[in-house]
Amino acid sequence: METAIEVTDLVINRGKREVLHGFTCTIPRGSITGLLGPSGSGKTTLMRAVVGVQLVKSGRVTVLGEPAGSVPLRRKIGYLTQAPSVYDDLTVRENARYFASLYGLGAADADAALDGVGLSGAAHQLVGNLSGGQRSRASLACAIVGRPEVLVLDEPTVGQDPVLRDELWAQFRALAADGATILVSSHVMDEANRCDRLLLIRDGYLIGDDTPAAIKVTAGTDDLDEAFLRIIRQQEKAAA
Amino acid sequence: MSPHILATTIGRIVRQLRHDRRTVALIIVVPLLLLTLLYFMFDEQPLLFDKIALIMLGIFPFIIMFLITSIAMLRERTSGTLERLFTTPVGKLDLLFGYGIAFGLVATLQAAVASALAYWLFDLDTAGSLWLVIVIAVANAVLGVALGLLCSAFARTEFQAVQFMPVVAIPQILLCGLFVARDSMAGWLHAISDVLPLSYSVEALTEVGAHADPTGTMWRDLGIVIGAIILALALGAATLRRRTA
Repeated sequence: METAIEVTDLVINRGKREVLHGFTCTIPRGSITGLLGPSGSGKTTLMRAVVGVQLVKSGRVTVLGEPAGSVPLRRKIGYLTQAPSVYDDLTVRENARYFASLYGLGAADADAALDGVGLSGAAHQLVGNLSGGQRSRASLACAIVGRPEVLVLDEPTVGQDPVLRDELWAQFRALAADGATILVSSHVMDEANRCDRLLLIRDGYLIGDDTPAAIKVTAGTDDLDEAFLRIIRQQEKAAA
Repeated sequence: MSPHILATTIGRIVRQLRHDRRTVALIIVVPLLLLTLLYFMFDEQPLLFDKIALIMLGIFPFIIMFLITSIAMLRERTSGTLERLFTTPVGKLDLLFGYGIAFGLVATLQAAVASALAYWLFDLDTAGSLWLVIVIAVANAVLGVALGLLCSAFARTEFQAVQFMPVVAIPQILLCGLFVARDSMAGWLHAISDVLPLSYSVEALTEVGAHADPTGTMWRDLGIVIGAIILALALGAATLRRRTA
């Protein structure tokens, strides 16, 4: 399978702390890759490096054959930050239209993106007046509006009700089927099962990289939560 | 920089402001109230009113646009929208000029309304043209925008951002020649006032007040203010980093 994202020996410091310590992984094109790990394990930092807004100490990140953050990539990447990053003092539609216009797209594309996240009904509302779940969907709409080839989603389904979460995952699946590469972080194991591949990350180290099924087989359990735990214990034993 | 992205960014910033009706009302009305206050303060001294009101027409837009821009840009930095914009085709200059032009347009409206009140209701009398007064006022507003963009880089919270207003604005107002003529200041104060851009815009306004036709000094002063705007924008661009720790 063709590689969309290639991370090689990536070292990143945030403040005085080293967050990623020579991180290496590859992410295949047209797939949904889940980035799993506890809070503070380096998920967001890795994602920031992939979209090219993170200062890197050493190592290399290549996206679609170009260095991360390079000019040609800026038309091909969609990034959803963990906290919704939309303009509170614009309506949902105005936000979507602004981000659409940055890619040279028009009002119809903006409306389609809103439809995709189930926000058409709230298009005229100011983002500042929305509920938390709606806000993060507004933010998601602005990430997918440019029809990116690589979509980096930092916890996209936090605060969404189960029905909506299901619909959003159907949407991600459809985007991947169209050829988009999706990197999505989560700490909900139920979502991990929906990914094509999982990267398990802990304390800035990659401790697992396989399909959900294979990870469960290796760990000898049908429960991903338990599998994650066993992998951590095995690694700790190996280290000790 | 792309003309299309610049235009759409200007539209976005103006739209944000338009949704905040109270802020728009404050931008337009506050200078009018302050001018009214001045008018009644100097009821008996119309010549003094002419001098001070003219300078105030330049100072109000500077202060107000500085405040609005530093908060708007700080929000862009803290809300994550700036980080996201830097993953899109937006260029730094699209953002800087977007803010400069959007708030410059608002400042033009503000200066036009305030000048109209001063000239037609309060009989402000200047030898030179009203248009020059508005041009200088707008240049001052854009100077405020440029310094606001720059200062927002040094504030982490809105509390800190508003504190930059007295730091940046008050020394310039004290030393611009409004309270003490710059020539009669102590040498070191005069030297400081020489490097503060507001000194030149106030001098330019005073020239318009005293001469029927635009003078060489006025054009030179306006040029210096524009130079200060470009310098502040360039420094502001240096504080905008696509990659952060």
